[in-house]
Amino acid sequence: MTEPPDTDFGLGTATATSGAAPAPDIPAGTGSATTGGRGSAVLCSGLTYRFGTYTAVDHVDVRIERGETFGLLGPNGAGKTTTIRMLTTLLRPMAGTISVLGVSAAERPMLVRRMIGYVPQLLSADATLTGRENVELFARLFDVPRSQRRERVEASLAAMGLTEPAGRLVKTYSGGMIRRLELAQALVNAPSLLVLDEPTVGLDPIARTDVWEYIAALRAQIDMTVLMTTHYMDEADTYCDRIALMHRGSIRATGSPGTLKATLGAGATLDDVFRHYTGGTLDDNTGSGGIRDVRRARRTARRLG
Amino acid sequence: MTSAAPGAPPAVLADTAALPADSPATIVRRLASRIVTLCWVELRKIRHDRTELYTRAIQPALWLLIYGEVFTKIHAIPTPGGIPYLAYLAPGILAQSALFIAIFYGIQIIWERDAGVLTKLMVTPTPRAALITGKAFAAGVRSVVQATVVVILSAILGVALTGNPVKLVGAACVVALGSAFFSCLSMTIAGLALSRDRLMGIGQAITMPLFFSSSALYPEKIMPGWLQAISRCNPLSYQVDALRGLLIGTPAHLGLDLIVLAIATVAGVTASAALLPRLAR
Repeated sequence: MTEPPDTDFGLGTATATSGAAPAPDIPAGTGSATTGGRGSAVLCSGLTYRFGTYTAVDHVDVRIERGETFGLLGPNGAGKTTTIRMLTTLLRPMAGTISVLGVSAAERPMLVRRMIGYVPQLLSADATLTGRENVELFARLFDVPRSQRRERVEASLAAMGLTEPAGRLVKTYSGGMIRRLELAQALVNAPSLLVLDEPTVGLDPIARTDVWEYIAALRAQIDMTVLMTTHYMDEADTYCDRIALMHRGSIRATGSPGTLKATLGAGATLDDVFRHYTGGTLDDNTGSGGIRDVRRARRTARRLG
Repeated sequence: MTSAAPGAPPAVLADTAALPADSPATIVRRLASRIVTLCWVELRKIRHDRTELYTRAIQPALWLLIYGEVFTKIHAIPTPGGIPYLAYLAPGILAQSALFIAIFYGIQIIWERDAGVLTKLMVTPTPRAALITGKAFAAGVRSVVQATVVVILSAILGVALTGNPVKLVGAACVVALGSAFFSCLSMTIAGLALSRDRLMGIGQAITMPLFFSSSALYPEKIMPGWLQAISRCNPLSYQVDALRGLLIGTPAHLGLDLIVLAIATVAGVTASAALLPRLAR
């Protein structure tokens, strides 16, 4: 991305697609003008998870408003992926509660999953199936009625610009195409919450922009909340209405990119904000989460070639 | 860039929290739907790449052509009713080839975990048990396709197999059920071992003992006492017994065989579904 870091919503997508004014400075845990007070898409309270004696997520409170794009940022091993895994019901929190669109993840995990579209950090489309079959698989798993299935599958593929290669095996796709296919898989059920765990890791700059433009175009069509993690500050600055900076398992700051930059003074970038709240180094972490994160990112990069 | 929307969000989202819990009928319907879906995926994969079907046929062909032909000639192994040893052996090799396919599923599920596929499947509204059952029956579908190749091969070698379509369908069901159990066993071990290297070692260590401690190659009555005891605990023996009864008409305990296989499969699904979240950590 080449957008200047202090220009909120450089592509004009997030603002236009959420149908509201640019997010003003918002303290953590309060309502958002972006969503016009439509309530929370995600509400986490006291969220905690430990791997043995290592506390990966430590009493995290997060509130994500409906319709906003929320970025979870932090260095490797900060606890971002573990938080996402709890939100998506993959891990049961050891303490704390999660509510997704008013539904308790602990009590109704199946219902929560029905509302979520999830794109994991790893490239997860099945390479031995065609693009269309990958999307149809998810249409079936989300119980899209048979009468609507073909239409939904084709519409999802078209929305991601994959109609032409849909009949080809995924192993012939480029990295950017696979990411778009995963988005098509996640979107076939028209999710209310789209969860993206480092969606552009390993992609070249053109493919990164491409993926974000498709997400933005889709948000123009569907009323959807987006929760993403990323290591790319430029992406967070451009596409997120609000961000939370996570370090060593806890949230250090929450707000719009503009607010957070303003707290450090004129001319500060989101990189500066990141360094300020995470101790100034990307690798200041010796916990197992760090190793797991790096290993996962490298595996994805390897698959992308 | 096309930007057609993939459809409006389902109306159910309007007041999701107020929705009642799933009824037993819904749970059963969902389970059936997931089994059909995961079997559909398996068939699509076989359709896209049939290489595995041919390469996997080599090993059973060698067992039948070399081991079977030699032991038929030397009459070293007594068979019920004095039937040719090759005919006695064919159902055992059929079960063995299905076992080898099913045991691969534990490695496959770890590969899917490493590739991110499993994680994504687990965030769909699919109960863990349905995911495992679907995978188990997908293993069954693959095994049945493989078994068809072995049956054809046996027929070419002159084994007098039944032509009764009901018995053939019954044999296919037994193959599918046996594969479902062994794939669950493999996925259970995957949930404990957690890594591909460890699982491959364990898989190697259990596959041949499972095969040799069953009645696939020789009747139970010629085994030493201790091996007979193990054989009676080995679901492969029950699978082979049912297949022999259905395909070559030897006396079999079909009812008992099916009950043992069904109970083993249910236990396998339960154990591997309970351990599945360990793979997602």
